[in-house]
Amino acid sequence: MDDVKTPSREERKSALSGLGTSRKRVEDARFTQGKGNYVDDIKLKGMLFGDFVRSPVAHARVKNIDTSAALALPGVHAVLTAADLEPLGLHWMPTLAGDKQMVLADGKVLFQGQEVAFVVGDDRYAVADGISLVEVEYDELPVVTDPFKAELKDSPILREDIADQKEGAHGARRHPNHIFTWEAGEKEETNKVLEEAEVVADEMVYYHRTHPCPLETCGCVASMDKVNGKLTVWGTFQAPHAVRTVASLISSIPEHNIRIISPDIGGGFGNKVGVYPGYVCSIVASIVTGVPIKWVEDRMDNLMATAFARDYWMHGKISATKEGKITGLWCHTTADHGAFDACADPTKFPAGFMNICTGSYDIPVAYLAVDGVYTNKAPGGVAYRCSFRVTEASYFIERMIEVLAQKLGMDSAELRSKNFIKKEQFPYTSALGWEYDSGDYHQAWEKAMTSVNYKQLREDQAKQLQLFKDGKSRKLMGIGLSHFTEIVGAGPVKNCDILGLGMFDACEIRIHPTGSAIARLGTISQGQGHATTFAQILASEIGIPASDITLEEGDTDTAPYGLGTYGSRSTPVAGAATAMAGRKIRAKAQMIAAYLLEVHDDDLEWDVDRFSVKGAPEKFKTMKEIAFASYNQAIPGVEPGLEAVSYYDPPNMTYPNGAYVVVMEIDVDTGVSDIKQVYALDDCGTRINPMIIEGQVHGGLTEALAISMGQEIAYDEQGNVMTGTLMDFFIPTAWETPNYETDYTETPSPHHPIGAKGVGESPNVGGVSAFSNAVHDAFKPFGLTQAHMPHDHWRVWKIAKDLGLHS
Amino acid sequence: MEKINVTMTVNGKEETLSVEPRTLLVHALREHLDYTGAHIGCSSSHCGACTIDMNGKSVKSCTVFAPQAEGAEILTVEGIGSPDKLHAIQEMFKEHHGLQCGYCTPGMIMRSYRFLQENPNPTEEEVRFGISGNLCRCTGYQNIVKSIMAAADKIRDEANVEKKEIA
Repeated sequence: MDDVKTPSREERKSALSGLGTSRKRVEDARFTQGKGNYVDDIKLKGMLFGDFVRSPVAHARVKNIDTSAALALPGVHAVLTAADLEPLGLHWMPTLAGDKQMVLADGKVLFQGQEVAFVVGDDRYAVADGISLVEVEYDELPVVTDPFKAELKDSPILREDIADQKEGAHGARRHPNHIFTWEAGEKEETNKVLEEAEVVADEMVYYHRTHPCPLETCGCVASMDKVNGKLTVWGTFQAPHAVRTVASLISSIPEHNIRIISPDIGGGFGNKVGVYPGYVCSIVASIVTGVPIKWVEDRMDNLMATAFARDYWMHGKISATKEGKITGLWCHTTADHGAFDACADPTKFPAGFMNICTGSYDIPVAYLAVDGVYTNKAPGGVAYRCSFRVTEASYFIERMIEVLAQKLGMDSAELRSKNFIKKEQFPYTSALGWEYDSGDYHQAWEKAMTSVNYKQLREDQAKQLQLFKDGKSRKLMGIGLSHFTEIVGAGPVKNCDILGLGMFDACEIRIHPTGSAIARLGTISQGQGHATTFAQILASEIGIPASDITLEEGDTDTAPYGLGTYGSRSTPVAGAATAMAGRKIRAKAQMIAAYLLEVHDDDLEWDVDRFSVKGAPEKFKTMKEIAFASYNQAIPGVEPGLEAVSYYDPPNMTYPNGAYVVVMEIDVDTGVSDIKQVYALDDCGTRINPMIIEGQVHGGLTEALAISMGQEIAYDEQGNVMTGTLMDFFIPTAWETPNYETDYTETPSPHHPIGAKGVGESPNVGGVSAFSNAVHDAFKPFGLTQAHMPHDHWRVWKIAKDLGLHS
Repeated sequence: MEKINVTMTVNGKEETLSVEPRTLLVHALREHLDYTGAHIGCSSSHCGACTIDMNGKSVKSCTVFAPQAEGAEILTVEGIGSPDKLHAIQEMFKEHHGLQCGYCTPGMIMRSYRFLQENPNPTEEEVRFGISGNLCRCTGYQNIVKSIMAAADKIRDEANVEKKEIA
């Protein structure tokens, strides 16, 4: 008797650890044992270290740089200044936003912390000694830190290099400190609706300057091998392929002679998308010295000089009927870009996807204008754990909804529900031009309101308010609501490119003779767990267990070209490429199986991990058998081997959405807030790995907590950075961070091969509004309409004081 | 700058290294001895990515000079388990998704290692306070706390089994 049991279909499916399973992460073995390989772990023979002399002032002419004392120091090998880079044409570099940026100070400095000279030495200690001996003579100039003062008639001109240019990369410039005006929607029609509206709420909403601040700072090791002419750069690159192309274009080194490797990356959150002077200087220094050069920022460098985020002043007007039906939305944003426009947005979108600011609501008409200006602050404007400017847009509309509800005297939950885009309206074209792919906002909202028992919460809040008014408590309760719609997965090549590179992504799969596989992608994980989740997508597509699939990213010599990982694009774009490449493998496998089973291709059907003959499931060939046959048999008309590649150009973006609720108690006398409850319902379409989704949501919520409740990059009037260390720059510890409740609805994207939408950034986008709205909500009974973030203890205390609550 | 010899025991092995007196312990471990598990996130004692165990105490190795470790017993994340037999904390971090980018993980694990000896049966609140010197940007701590609570259970269970076996 044969007691070997044939595994059932369900058992075979479960053995794959495919889509929808909470597969444990394959990355964790090395990380828990201290065997990750981050850029600062790389050690090459003869490697030297490089670091910057940085400007202590925000605006000055550089009269003289004396490097002689530094060069005389034993252990210092070279000091590069703009004068050394100029003959190579590398003293300036293009930014991703169509502007240019100084690599090293060229005649003047424009922000505190700007790179002035690059010192190369034996190790970081020798370099620090060298830096302290470089004498720079500065002639200080008046400083502009207020974006509203940038365009005044007598404002100092910051960018003398382009002072006379009337046209920028994004159209006309009206002042030497003006970068662009970007408009979307219908201006006149919107104004008309606002003029004739029954109710209009008008508010200035500021989303302050902050910083992604991943735990690992930016850095690289550049190694120019002069024997074979090949440059290899290991670095903290969220977009290694784009870095290769840019490096080739600006250095004139042929692209095939450049190899970019992103090793393990200790968090990115948008900080590691752009190209920084440290990368350029390391490459030049390696060419000059003939040995590898390592540059790694310290935390202060990171916070002062690389990639700030936000800094949008959003003036809004929203109109509605007395019954609360929204009729129009108007927004003018003043965008503080700092000294160089170094946003990492798709080329045609200088304000990113800010025109998603109609949010989750069916708003008939809208108008948006964004004016970018230069100030004496660090360049950047990166998408810190969000798609391009989506968190700004979402915060704007979620504040405007609250302000409007206040004006209408209506509960904001009801106002939202009244104006949500209805399920049957999808695909929905918004007034500002996007086509939302899918969603069921009412279902999500009702689920959220029921889960938190919203009615009860409002009753508890009213009781607490009464206690406060009766002098029996000094605490107020705030309930923060948000519903967000993101736009992620950039993007369709027809309208999304970065420096002319279409924002497709790619996957290449090679099946080995014994039935295991390797897949390579154009993206790069920074903690998202791609090696775990992309193998799951493939496992479900090709019937090979996820544990038998190796996944590689980040080496431009081996991985197919892709635009990298940011803007929640990995799953929507590279994940789609992975599924499509898997389908190509399956199509070839079907031909091989048909040959082996001596039937026509059409007589076969796919069954989890095999092709079986229709109507005769006992006749089948497993993927493992097919893989071997592809290497072992001469099949007429079929090439040997089993490989596929897919370059996926998404037909549309994806639109993840969700409903969040934050409950907090605020001590009126100290401004301290106690987070009582955080509920986050996400709809990211098809769920690949629920464990990883939950982890992403926890992390994003914590970054949202940080941003809304205390984290900022603050400057004084002289342009000094006030928050340059982790003493001043708020990152919540385990002690301040609450536990989170996560929930979901699942509305697949209709255009994505597996219906997935991406999730990593949703909790930040939805979270900031929910936390901030909770603070506002607590003080609403006393007439507060708008208080700018971050809501740190002092600012919350100040709200209470200004409302006269301190008796 | 003149160099001096410093001798310390790292993960059970005696090491003598020649360093400038100003060399930070984290650089001595990472760059002279190639123990790259301890990471550098701030160089100012705020983030805890460089946390190691020194003479039975958690120490942020970015703000200790290497000569201060003369004669010390140092334990790093590389020394608490092996690929064949992970430490319970390492195992539970994997099991409960207590890490994402992995950069804070060695410091977090080494702090947990010492914390669970200081307090083998902690409440969730005690765990949160116990690791509040270590920052994580990815996880929101919830699963780290879960991992440490589970590791505490596992370590206690293993100790009970050992006791029974001895009895």
